[in-house]
Order: sequence, then C-alpha cells, then structure tokens
Amino acid sequence: MLTPEQIESKLDRILLKVEKPGRYVGGELNSCIKDWDSVQAKVALIFPDIYDIGVSNVGLKILYDQINQRDDALAERAYAPWFDMEDLMRANEIPLYALESKRPLACFDLIGFSLPYETLYTNALNILDLSGIPVRSADRDETHPIIIAGGHSTMNPEPMHAFMDAFVIGEGEEVIHDIINALMSLRAHSAKQSPDNAGLLRRGDASTSLSARPPRNDILRALAAIPGVYVPKFYEVAYMDDGTVSHIEPTIPEAPKIITKRMVAKLPPPPTKFIVPNIGIVHNRVSVEIMRGCTRGCRFCHAGMITRPVRERSVQEVVDAADEAIRSTGFEELALMSLSSSDYTHVKELVDAISKRFEGRKLTISLPSLRIESVSVDLMEKLKQHRSGGFTLAPEAASERMRRIINKYIPDEDIINTTREIYRRGWTTVKLYFMIGHPSETLKDVQAIADLCKRVLDEGRKVIGWKAKLHAGVSTFVPKPQTPFQWVSCDTRENILEKQALLKRELFKDKNIKLSWTKPDDTLLEAWLSRGDRKLAEVIYSAWKNGAKFDAWDEGRKHEAWIPAFAEHGLDPAFYTHRQRRTDEVFPWEHITAAVRKNFLFQDFRMSLEGQIRVDCRLNCFACGILPTFANLRRENPGDAWKCPDVKSPNKSVVSEQLTVVGG
Amino acid sequence: MLRIRITFAKQGALRYTGHLDLHKLWERAARRADLPLAYSQGFHPQPKISLASALPLGFSSCCEVLDLRLNEEMPLDEIGTRLKDNLPGGIQVLNVESVDERAPALQTQVVSAEYQVNLTEAVDRSDLKRKVNEIMSAESLPRERRGKKYDLRPLIEELALTPSEERGAKVFMRLTAREGATGRPEEVLDALGIPADTARVERTRLLFSS
Repeated sequence: MLTPEQIESKLDRILLKVEKPGRYVGGELNSCIKDWDSVQAKVALIFPDIYDIGVSNVGLKILYDQINQRDDALAERAYAPWFDMEDLMRANEIPLYALESKRPLACFDLIGFSLPYETLYTNALNILDLSGIPVRSADRDETHPIIIAGGHSTMNPEPMHAFMDAFVIGEGEEVIHDIINALMSLRAHSAKQSPDNAGLLRRGDASTSLSARPPRNDILRALAAIPGVYVPKFYEVAYMDDGTVSHIEPTIPEAPKIITKRMVAKLPPPPTKFIVPNIGIVHNRVSVEIMRGCTRGCRFCHAGMITRPVRERSVQEVVDAADEAIRSTGFEELALMSLSSSDYTHVKELVDAISKRFEGRKLTISLPSLRIESVSVDLMEKLKQHRSGGFTLAPEAASERMRRIINKYIPDEDIINTTREIYRRGWTTVKLYFMIGHPSETLKDVQAIADLCKRVLDEGRKVIGWKAKLHAGVSTFVPKPQTPFQWVSCDTRENILEKQALLKRELFKDKNIKLSWTKPDDTLLEAWLSRGDRKLAEVIYSAWKNGAKFDAWDEGRKHEAWIPAFAEHGLDPAFYTHRQRRTDEVFPWEHITAAVRKNFLFQDFRMSLEGQIRVDCRLNCFACGILPTFANLRRENPGDAWKCPDVKSPNKSVVSEQLTVVGG
Repeated sequence: MLRIRITFAKQGALRYTGHLDLHKLWERAARRADLPLAYSQGFHPQPKISLASALPLGFSSCCEVLDLRLNEEMPLDEIGTRLKDNLPGGIQVLNVESVDERAPALQTQVVSAEYQVNLTEAVDRSDLKRKVNEIMSAESLPRERRGKKYDLRPLIEELALTPSEERGAKVFMRLTAREGATGRPEEVLDALGIPADTARVERTRLLFSS
C-alpha cells in the first residue's frame, strides 16, 4: 500500500492537470489531523459526491466531530473525485485517499458512507473500487475495512445490501460510538486470544492500525446485535412467484427480526467548527439545525415521516452556536435549518435574537421552509438587509383536490395574499416550488399550477408593475419507502412529458416567468432505486460496470448504462416504478422501520384517497407509533423536549379502527 | 482609516488555491480574527483587501503581499497575532506593516518577480546551461499562448542555473510583472524544454517600484 508521502508526490505531478485541484489536497481550516499511531480506531467518512457538494454536508460533520472528540479514535474525510481526477488517479495507480492524512482508504478500520439520496449508489461502488477494496461485501476479508452506510436513503437499504457490510438506520450521533466500541472491544479480545497474530493480518506496512483483526464474521455479528444496525448478510429474503417479497427472516439469533431506527432523545450541541474550504464550493455557509423532524404530515415527504419526533433546540442554543460557528469559520452566510421553520415554537424570538446578535455583521441569513402566510414575510424582512435572491415558498400542489391528497392544504387565497405581500415589501422575484406526479393527478391539476403561477404574477404586477418576476420550480414526485405513498405508482415517462409539455406551453409565454423541471430520466432512476429490492443490487453493479456514476449530474447520467443492466438480469424497471402495490404486499424494507407503523401509513394512504386531511400532529396525536416505540426515551425526557402532545395510552384508541394490513 | 500591508507565505495544500479563492480566504481570516475590516460602499459592500500579484496555481511562495484597510487603529503586532491564530496551515504571516493611505494601489507598484524552480527529475546540466545561455543571448523569443503571439524574451530579466547538491537542478529567474507585461515561469520552463510536472516553482521575491 502506498504511503502518504508516495501519494503526495504522485499527486503533485497530476493536480495541475485537473479542474479545481483544491478539491483533492485537504488543508482546510477546522479539519482535524490526529497522530495516526496514537489512536486505536480509524474511521474514514465519505460523502460519495464531488467535494464541492460533500464538504458542507452537516450529517457527516456531526459524525466527524463525534468521532474526533474521542481520544481513542480519529475520523478523516473523502469525496468522489470528478471524472478528470478519477482518470488520472487510475492511470497513475493512486488509490483514493483521505484528505487529512493522505492515507489510502483501505488503511482505515471503518469506512462510513453517507447516502442521503439514491443517485449516489453507483458512486459508492466506484469509490470502493478506486480504493482497491472489493466492491461486494462477500468478497472482503479480514484485511479490508468494515464498510457501513447511513442516511435517509438507507431507510430502504436493500438495493445496496450486497455492497455494504452494515447499515445504520436512523440518527447516527450515538450509534457511531456503539459501533466503534464494538470494534475496539472485539479487537482487544482478539489480541488477548492470539498475541502472535499481531500485525500479520494487515496488508502492507503503511497500516499499523490494528494489532490483530478479529474474524470479519465476528465483527459483523457484533454489529448486528447493536440496536439500529442492519447487517444484510444475516437476513434471508424469500420471494413470491410474482417477484414480490414473501418474507424476510434473520439467520442468526443476534439479528433482530425488525430493525428499528436509532433516535437521539435530545439533540446534542450542534457542530460549530465547520470545515472552511480553500476553494469555492456550493454552500459556503454555517448551518445550524434548529429543529429535527416535522409534525405536518405531508404524505409525499420522506424526511417528514422518518425523522420523527420533532425535537427543538432552544433559541439560546441556536444563537450561541451560530455566533460561535460564524466566528470559527468567517463564513458570510448562516442557514437556520429545519424541515419547517415556521413550526419552530419560538421562531419570532429566534429571528429577533439572530438579527440582534448579527446586526451590522455583513451576513446573509437564510431561514428556509417557511409556511405560506404573511408572518413569514415579517420574519424574512427582519433577517434580510436587502431583498435580492427571491422569496421561496412551496405550495407543492395547486388544486384543492391535490392539496387534500398530499395533506398540504393551503388555500389559493393564502398564497395570493402572501405573495402579494412579498412583492409589496420589495422582493421582485417569488419562487414557487411544485411537484407533478402526485397520486391520481390529472392534467387539470397540472393546469392549476400554471394558472396559479400566472395569477400570482398578475397580482405582483398590480403592486410593482413589470419588475415582478416568478420562478416556478416543478419537480416530479417519486414515491418513497416508509411513507403513506409507498403503495402508489410513479408517473410514466409519457405522463411526465405530457405534464411538462403543458407547463412549458402555458408558462413560456410570459418572459417574466422562469420554469425549471426535473428530467424524466432522473426521476425514473430515483424511482426504481427508492423502492428497490435485493435483486436491484445486481442491476446497480452492472450499471456501474457499464459506466454509471454521478447519476445526479448531467455529465454522468447514463440511462444507456442502466437500461441494459436491467435487461442483463431479466428485470423490468416498471416493476419498481409503475406498479401500484397490493395492499397486502410485503415490502423489501419490511424489516426496517422508522418507528412509524405500517398500519398508520396505510390508514393515512386511505385517507388521502378520500381527500381527508390530517392536521399538524402537535395538536392531535394520530398514534404514528413513535411514542410507544420510544416510550422509555420519552419517559426519560418529559415535558416539551419532544413536540408530541401528551397521550395517556397512545395505542389503544386507535387499534380498534385500524385497517388491517397483512404483513404489517 | 488604517492601511496595513501583510507579507505572507503560501505553501502546501494552499498552492492549489487560486487568486479569487485566496481573496475570499483572507476575507474570512480577517473576519475570524475580528479585525475591523473596511468595506466598500454600495449595494454589495466588499471588504477592502487587495493582493499585489496573482500567483499561478500550483506555485508556492514566500513573498506574497496584500493590503487591507481597517476602520480602527490597532497595534501591528496584535494584527499579526490575531491573523496567525486564524489562518489555515498553508498560509503564514511573515510581516505586518502600516502604509501611507495615499500610496498608489499595490497592484500598480509591482514591477518584477523572482522564482526559484526545483527540478524533481535528473537533468543534463550542461545541456540545460547551454539552453539558458541561448535564451539569454537571443534577441527575441517568439511564442504563442492561448492563441496569442508574443515575445517572451523582453519579459525575462534574469535566468540562471543555481548550484544544487541534489541530482535535480535549480533554476532561478526574474521576470517582469507589470500590467500587460507579465512573464510566466511555466513559459520559460517550456522554452527550456522542462516538462511542467517535473518542476516545483516557488516565488521568492516581488519587486516594487519606488
């Protein structure tokens, strides 16, 4: 294995030949370089997209801090090299390395991938391959690191089951320590058992990491016993004749039948020492998470369903963390992150405190995901020194019927009144986000989007004249696992194209309306991966072999790599995308739960078919399953730490009216 | 207003940070150091920081210079200390001094720059010496860069092989660095037949007028 010095000298000869070489050299302020030999557990954290996107990811930053705060462990980072760099690395036999120590990833004990979205899957395979690590879990042995993954997309880990040794389901702050501790105690045990094994199992001399590596299978068994950790090799899946899942069974006693997500009862202090890149990246900013989870219950929303319960940070904690982070980074932008800022209990106090604390400091402050109401305009007005950049709102649907179906009910009048107020207060651009492809949507519902956009702009013109602009961002809905819409079919390419053609026809006429949309190929790729089963692993592998990578990028989209991959394995993408699931279908992710019961999701799905809405569950508990699952944690954290209303016996009242779901 | 001139080294990973990004880096460092940076007027106020001369990507330097303007008085050594604690590893402050506010803009004062080039591969020293002499005795050196024809020779003020104990060689050059007449070390290396990926270039001195 190459030493850091060898890698650096090879890099020196190629870096000036690639675009933005600063992506590949590390050296950023607030990165953490520890003495390799004085810690026991070495972890490489990987965001499998380009540096420019990955470096600002908050999830990995949290884990980076959690691990580096330990004396006995270190965490370093790596990202996916861009096409030009990958070619040169392969040509010069440079393995993928961590930015801090420049050591090959294969030297680490544990490699953790963040997989927030499905279009990163092929990049994860490519990164393993670039690191000289066998891509398939089954081909790895004691000389290789343990490969794990977490992030929102792993709420259905099955398509990637063949490549990861283990998945973390849910929030990572606590479980990462459980995993490291398990590795270290097994190693200590193993060293005691066979002292002469020391060092023999390691490949190469650059890695002095493990004195003795316990058998890989023992490590995986130990990981399988940790709550929230899923080790796919210890589960067997049986299928029905129609290709759907019949049942999923664990094969060892340590592996639980159902893997329930991990959830931290109280959000730990937010990270403040953000990595400050030495080159321009996409988001040069400090992000402070003000709240986790969402009580709105929009039925299309994956994040809203899997990050329950809602936990808020105090205004004081947010303001202090923001201040410290701005001081430690010098960034010019601060983002106050959550799924729904308006629902943060003390949002007015927060905005007051933030604007007071940062007054005159030349800082851009963003507060995304505001509700469509005039209060939001007041909030933004306090935060913005000038009104450039537009004001963003997300109605998601434009007809009353559609809004009831998706459970995001906002009357047209609220939208008109709010946007009029936005134009009146000095913003010239309003950005409206919609989705097409919601269940049972017709062209009439899509026409309503165009009509609403025109009405909003007309109203804007009455206030500020021809300066008024509108940006309609219309993405395409992808049904996600663990949501009420996990049963529905995704729109076909023809459907999507027809709906997009309508929008273009209607909205291109006005030069002050900008329309953006998602390409159908991108949507379908995300759709088949989202609700895929284990059989898709072979398709992912073949697609990657066919050259698929950077699937979310225009440069990398290779539909021609994916379609032959499906054909090669005799699978039909439509089985995953355009099939309405049976009500009694056993899903490929049946053994994984975000603690929101399948019965609850099904009931919510049925309500959507009838156009029934559910109000904010801060007001009324609908017994989604969070409270009984985490009853002990709730008892230890009483009061308003969680925004779930107090319920005497959350389950009983609902059980009687539950709709029966086989396999639920 | 206080005009401060900082001399700094740019090394290691920071060699791959370009001119605009370096500007941003100093802006953030000054903010972290809580220096009372002066900003321009207007809709998008910009901090008043100006770098003397762009350093090509990949080169290290021990002589970069910038001016920044502060709204309040502050002892020079405190500015230096505060910056030191707030810069990434590859940037090192070498000197902090105060300059007359009315002095001309820094960029217009640079006249030439000196470079020390380390060759990482073994070379035929006598052959290289011959090429150096040829260049220095030539009347003109017509070249083309990005489709534009120009004469490299008048941009070279000095070019010499320096004694080196290692198997590689060292080349010293002083090139003009005036606006519209900037000699580029990689062009000189190319004229010497040295491949760019076997040369480590360091800027060692910026020469100013007056």
